Amino acid sequence: MAAASGSSQDAPPGFTMDQIALYQRRRQSLYGWMLAAPALILLTIFALIPTVTTLWASFYSKGTVRRPSAFNGLDNYTSLIHDPAFWTVVWNNALYAGITIPFSIAIALAMALWANASIPLRGVVRGAYFTPTMLPMIAAANIWLFFYTPGLGVIDSITGLFGLPPVNWLGQPQTALWSVIVVTIWKEAGFFMIFYLAALQTIPPDFKEASAIEGAGRFTYARRVLIPLLMPTTAFVFINALINSVKLIDHLFILTKGGPNNATKLILYWIWEMAFAYFDRPHAAAMTVLILLFLGAVAIFQFRVLDKRIHYR
Amino acid sequence: MSAQPFVRLKNVTRTFDGGGGVDNLSIDIAKGSFTVLLGPSGCGKSTTLRLIAGLETPDRGRIEIGGRDVTAAGPSERGLSMVFQSYALFPHLDVAENVVFGLRVRGVARKERDKRLAEALALTGLEGLGDRKPGQLSGGQRQRVALARAIVADHPLCLMDEPLSNLDAKLRHSVRQEIRALQRRLGMTVVYVTHDQTEAMGMADQIVLLQKGRVEHMGPPAELYEQPATAFTASFIGSPAMTLIPAAALPHQFLPSSARVSELQLGLRAEDIELMPEGRGPLAATIVSSEFLGAETYVYLAVDGAPPLIARLPGRDERAAGQRVSLGWSPASPHWFDRESGKRITLSSDQTSSELVSQPAAV
Repeated sequence: MAAASGSSQDAPPGFTMDQIALYQRRRQSLYGWMLAAPALILLTIFALIPTVTTLWASFYSKGTVRRPSAFNGLDNYTSLIHDPAFWTVVWNNALYAGITIPFSIAIALAMALWANASIPLRGVVRGAYFTPTMLPMIAAANIWLFFYTPGLGVIDSITGLFGLPPVNWLGQPQTALWSVIVVTIWKEAGFFMIFYLAALQTIPPDFKEASAIEGAGRFTYARRVLIPLLMPTTAFVFINALINSVKLIDHLFILTKGGPNNATKLILYWIWEMAFAYFDRPHAAAMTVLILLFLGAVAIFQFRVLDKRIHYR
Repeated sequence: MSAQPFVRLKNVTRTFDGGGGVDNLSIDIAKGSFTVLLGPSGCGKSTTLRLIAGLETPDRGRIEIGGRDVTAAGPSERGLSMVFQSYALFPHLDVAENVVFGLRVRGVARKERDKRLAEALALTGLEGLGDRKPGQLSGGQRQRVALARAIVADHPLCLMDEPLSNLDAKLRHSVRQEIRALQRRLGMTVVYVTHDQTEAMGMADQIVLLQKGRVEHMGPPAELYEQPATAFTASFIGSPAMTLIPAAALPHQFLPSSARVSELQLGLRAEDIELMPEGRGPLAATIVSSEFLGAETYVYLAVDGAPPLIARLPGRDERAAGQRVSLGWSPASPHWFDRESGKRITLSSDQTSSELVSQPAAV
């Protein structure tokens, strides 16, 4: 330090200024790193490192006492794809996502439009719609377990009044997945409604009046003005719903445990089963990597394609 | 202009729980005229416009457009267009789509639509901006898009709700002229809401001055300025505002002999006030300050026993602050109003003439 200050005294005055500027710049960048540090550390520990170790683990065979685990390239992936359960689970999840996403979005939008209108007891209506979201997943699943109970449950009690036979909703492959789908839509629609409700409140009432004067009816207004202006929200909700659809596991523990005959087995439940019930970590890791690739592709699609077509204000 | 008014409001009442609204309003608007609804905020001018547009339904009364009773008709059945204060441009649609929004809704054929779009963009000076989004335009351009959307449908009636209030002062002045020229050229009937009296004076064929949901004075701008029907009209129109002086503040010899002094007030326009050497005129005053504005000077005066007032003198006036002066005015200039009701009182000229004027040559 002493040497540095000595040399700066000999140097022309412009040089000392540069020293100060450099010092300032260093301080700024240090400050920036300090601000980024908490997120950087947490993301590294809880996202980056697990992702890399998962990817690493997916290339190694399952180790036993006799045969230690060894690098086997893409073997885990090929055996996964040749497993018939893989295709059942992927198909289940595709069906589950394909039904729950559009329905929960449509119902959320309809509920938001209604809860945004000036109706009596608006606060109560909004609260009622939001209740399913506030319930813990496990509690919600238990409530629906009671609804679905064959013979005694709420649904069978009502259908019984019309002389219909009792149905084992969760116990037979034909209805089990659909029953889980209904629970998810019930749970998610209220959550998504909140986002739509917030978005609707940013749309000025002038737009509705201007289109009314221009002769647009309610339907035309919705199609040409309202829905395009809600697209940012729809994209956000869609991505969330998609991620939720590969993340669903809690309901399955309570409602079906993936059965009967794998009818309600979804990806995350299957991964859990492989990893912690059959202790087949490498295959679980391979499946996790496949999901990460899929979600990454969706994210790229959203940024590259969707965002260009959506009007963000 | 035909005897039959184009837009007619008959005894229309619309009240709101939170106050405001209009009360037993009757207005006639001639075809092809430029009518300005003017008044302070909360006077019911926007409500009146929304009633004509069909965005509000009257509690009582009738609304006719083009001789047809439209009281119960929806906004789109009334054959009118509207420019909103916020412009209400759809942010996700480009300029062209915003302009032809209504034509598209009504299913006008593409060829016709394109032709009308080109015309509307040319009339509003927006050529070449058709594919921009409203967010990429300046305030003045957005205002033009709203205007283009209003004229593209060729509706005979156009409603404008404070369309210039989001523009800066300089732009406001030029757009004012453009709107007026466009209205004349297209022969539209325009009903225009503003709280700015200079805007109303500069544009209107007819001003409807509203206060507290009632018509205060309806007539051409010159009439409102020269013959205000009420003290409110007198003080609302003109800048600086007309000064109202209780008659009791004036010496006896300057008052109309027959009138009941305590019930009168005198209205004086700033430009009608003359400054005279002390002791010559009816009112004594002290100069507080003066403002030189180039073509004229505003002199702020404190008057003994009356509210302060502003005199507007041509050219430059160099009298110093603190100087004592006397105020006078020409015999034709004072306006007399009833103190209680605010109604204009016409005094025959012989009552006022000689008494009020003392040595007009004094200045």
